[in-house]
Amino acid sequence: MDDTKKLAIIATKGTLDWAYPPFILASTAAALGYETQIFFTFYGLQMLRKDLSCLKVSPLGNPGMPMKMPFGPKWFKDINWNIPNAVQSLIPGYESLATTLMKQTIKNNGVATIPELRELCQEAEVKFIACQMTVELFGFEHSDFIDGVEYGGAATFFEFAGETDICLFI
Amino acid sequence: MNFDKELDAKGLNCPLPILRCKKALNDMTSGQILRVIATDPGSVKDFAAFAKQTGNELLTSAEAGGEYTFFIKRK
Repeated sequence: MDDTKKLAIIATKGTLDWAYPPFILASTAAALGYETQIFFTFYGLQMLRKDLSCLKVSPLGNPGMPMKMPFGPKWFKDINWNIPNAVQSLIPGYESLATTLMKQTIKNNGVATIPELRELCQEAEVKFIACQMTVELFGFEHSDFIDGVEYGGAATFFEFAGETDICLFI
Repeated sequence: MNFDKELDAKGLNCPLPILRCKKALNDMTSGQILRVIATDPGSVKDFAAFAKQTGNELLTSAEAGGEYTFFIKRK
């Protein structure tokens, strides 16, 4: 009998912050010897695009996100920029600015980038499956996505998920 | 302790030290020893868990001046 442990993840979010959990867990599971699949659906499809600059982080409506500067003296870095939602929503480019600052914070902390983690997953033979229904729903073409992605639906997901030890919805 | 290969994981954060370690072990043969140096405080528990789950043996785990040193024997 096959005693390899298995992990299935459904990835549904399309932001920079939420791209981390699926790729971190999948790459680590693969390193631990798990056979791993990620099923990307709805906004999660963004994580499979060739160009990952579409992944952004938004502090708008996210009270859990600390807004601190990744540079300057310590007293400056320690300030939490508590900017009201109404103000954030009015400033053009606020999301892009927040994303730039977040990417710098990620770099400062020795945290891997999303393209790096995605590549590590592929090297470790994590299988990527894109939900064909949402690919069409959102008007994507297969050519928008990286090579090595398989396309399928819910039944395809269950074929593997039904055999897994761990199954996560992210 | 003698070792056959060294991995510098200083400055890297979860899950990179484990992923790099796995990669380094892939290029080694059974019984060889890998020395890993990391600065991520979470790596202490992570390397113990990695060893336990993969069957590679964690020979020693030590901390000095904010650096964590692990000796891992390949399965």
